[in-house]
Amino acid sequence: MAASMASQAVARGLRGASAKYLFLDKFKCARVSSRRWLNLQEYQSKKLMQESGVTVQRFYVADNPPDALQAAKRLNAKEIVLKAQILAGGRGKGVFNSGLKGGVHLTKDPSVVGELASKMLGYSLTTKQTPKEGVEVKTVMVAEALDITRETYFAILMDRACNGPVMVGSPQGGMDIEEVADKSPELIFKEVIDIFEGVRDDQALRMAANLGFKGPLERQAADQIKRLYDLFLKVDATQVEVNPLGETPEGQVVCFDAKISFDDNAEFRQKAVFAMGDMSESDPTETEAAKWDLKYIGLDGNIACFVNGAGLAMATCDIIDLHGGKPANFLDLGGGVKEKQVYEAFKLLTADPKVEAILVNIFGGIVNCAIIANGITKACRELELKVPLVVRLEGTNVQEAKRILSESGLPIVAANDLDDAAKKAVAAITRK
Amino acid sequence: MSHSRLFARLLLQQNGVRSCYTASRKNLYIDKDTKVICQGFTGKQGTFHSQQAIDYGSRLVGGVSPGKGGRTHLGVPVFNSVKEAREGTGAEATVIYVPPPFAGAAIIEAIDAGMPLVVCITEGIPQQDMVKVKHKLLRQSTTRLIGPNCPGVINVSTHIYTHTHKLLRQSTTRLIGPNCPGVINPGECKIGIMPGHIHKKGRIGIGGDPFNGTNFIDCLEVFLQDPKTDGIILIGEIGGNAEENAADYLKQHNSGANAKPVVSFIAGLTAPPGRRMGHAGAIIAGGKGGAKEKIAALQQAGVVVSMSPAQLGSTMFKEFEKRKML
Repeated sequence: MAASMASQAVARGLRGASAKYLFLDKFKCARVSSRRWLNLQEYQSKKLMQESGVTVQRFYVADNPPDALQAAKRLNAKEIVLKAQILAGGRGKGVFNSGLKGGVHLTKDPSVVGELASKMLGYSLTTKQTPKEGVEVKTVMVAEALDITRETYFAILMDRACNGPVMVGSPQGGMDIEEVADKSPELIFKEVIDIFEGVRDDQALRMAANLGFKGPLERQAADQIKRLYDLFLKVDATQVEVNPLGETPEGQVVCFDAKISFDDNAEFRQKAVFAMGDMSESDPTETEAAKWDLKYIGLDGNIACFVNGAGLAMATCDIIDLHGGKPANFLDLGGGVKEKQVYEAFKLLTADPKVEAILVNIFGGIVNCAIIANGITKACRELELKVPLVVRLEGTNVQEAKRILSESGLPIVAANDLDDAAKKAVAAITRK
Repeated sequence: MSHSRLFARLLLQQNGVRSCYTASRKNLYIDKDTKVICQGFTGKQGTFHSQQAIDYGSRLVGGVSPGKGGRTHLGVPVFNSVKEAREGTGAEATVIYVPPPFAGAAIIEAIDAGMPLVVCITEGIPQQDMVKVKHKLLRQSTTRLIGPNCPGVINVSTHIYTHTHKLLRQSTTRLIGPNCPGVINPGECKIGIMPGHIHKKGRIGIGGDPFNGTNFIDCLEVFLQDPKTDGIILIGEIGGNAEENAADYLKQHNSGANAKPVVSFIAGLTAPPGRRMGHAGAIIAGGKGGAKEKIAALQQAGVVVSMSPAQLGSTMFKEFEKRKML
């Protein structure tokens, strides 16, 4: 029995949800990466698209089986696709702990939707991209399944080399775009967009034609392209990737899936978008750190880092590695860090069971070293520091800071420079 | 098919070919007499760092704080706009400590006022805003922007002596924001690590954002042509390909007998791909922008890459020794 085109479309749409990278180095311009920072569920991305007039499959969202059933009936569609909403990809081949196989199902019978939803909602879905225990499914998307006759790829991104927005497209959609870039680079098309002019009509039409849309569909696709660009600007996206941008037998141009990456720097003016962010599938330490305005990224090692300045933080991780150690994290305290943040950061680091030593590397310009010293001593006392602590301080008010640390009575190893600090941290571990 | 046109246009932008904006590179040169104003003057950061700059000897002649014009702050006049400040003081440079929501507009205001040098310290400006700034910037040649998200500029012009090494220089002009050390000691490198510093006797921090006003090549051109520059230290980080472009530039313009020694450190060898390491531009995406590739590219251009930032001074010192430049 031939798989319906809709199910093929669904399968391909899901492939788009898995993390993948693309670089179009041959054109030395666009580099698309399919990894979400601000994490939005599929239905949230699609809602944003709908609000910008982008054509997506009609859908409802449900968080309980009766609602899912209602939604299916309301859709009044030839065929329905039911999709578990989790951030990780690989949903199609995933398994629920209810026994249900597959996080995405197609059916022509609405009543089946209710039944399936009851085996999804509240259960854990495990896929190749989730942790072993899976992710709890809290919402499902009930959408109109559409047949797809042709799949194209389309993306808009902010590109450094072009100093602004760039559109990238290929008539070969629905598959690994980096393969296309590799094997058939002539099938990748690009348009540089002037930030003040926006997408010109001729650019949109040319891209639509290059994507293979013909006749009335060309104009329709061009219109969709412009709307996607409007969305891109409206939500301060750094990237909008649609794969596939498809053609239906009824002559519609539809965005079957999209991944939107957002500019974190724009959070202050994108409160609604950022409020949708779902942190439940993120690393809990990283989420906690974000609460305190600390930039934290967990790594695999056992030497925790505590640094001000992103460049210095990266360099600190590098130097630890250079001297034979393994950094447990990247942590940038930022410039105007307060004592409370120092305390919370320390709490986070010491709570990590992997951590066997802590390296503090502060080169204070705005940062007042005495504040760091006070925060550290307070944290060490209250949290009963059990691992070796190596501290290298330099900059504003450093003498006062050194005094605070030495008078604290805490077993702190002082270091003179970054190399010295890293060596001591590594030695502190191997000594045990 | 408009491929070839697109390609050409791409290459044009890629190789830093002369555009009218490159004509403003000469504005990167500052000295202790350069008159500076501060935008965001009366704010917390503006006040703190302006005072530091004044204490250090910078010629801070005024500041901008809309609505507070006419007052005096830190002993110098406050103006309502950059235009007024420039007219009132003859300032040739401005340093911006304005918060992210308004920083883009502050830069544009400075460009409109014809300010020769704009240094923007602010971190966190939305990329869209910076794209608009860049659009304006690239189509004119009066104003040079450094930053945003950068620590600033320092020019060093006095020697001080330690032991027998004449390599130490004390900075006398400071337009800088946070993390300004200003001293290179061959034994121990006391420099804060931020992306894009190019040291000579001066130091320009170009900042960690993906869209910024000055790149390595802009600085390299100035430093390579400056007879008083003996060596260059280039500090980079993951993300983008500015370092690779710099390597290409060095291959073309800094090879042969008269090549100046260039020493470099690239942060982020241990950074996991796909994560943004603090700076908006510090990300390895799509297999590109990694530290290894940058280091290789620089080495091929004759750059000596140090594996530790703490050894940049001593590495440079060795290069001087090798070339008998001491």
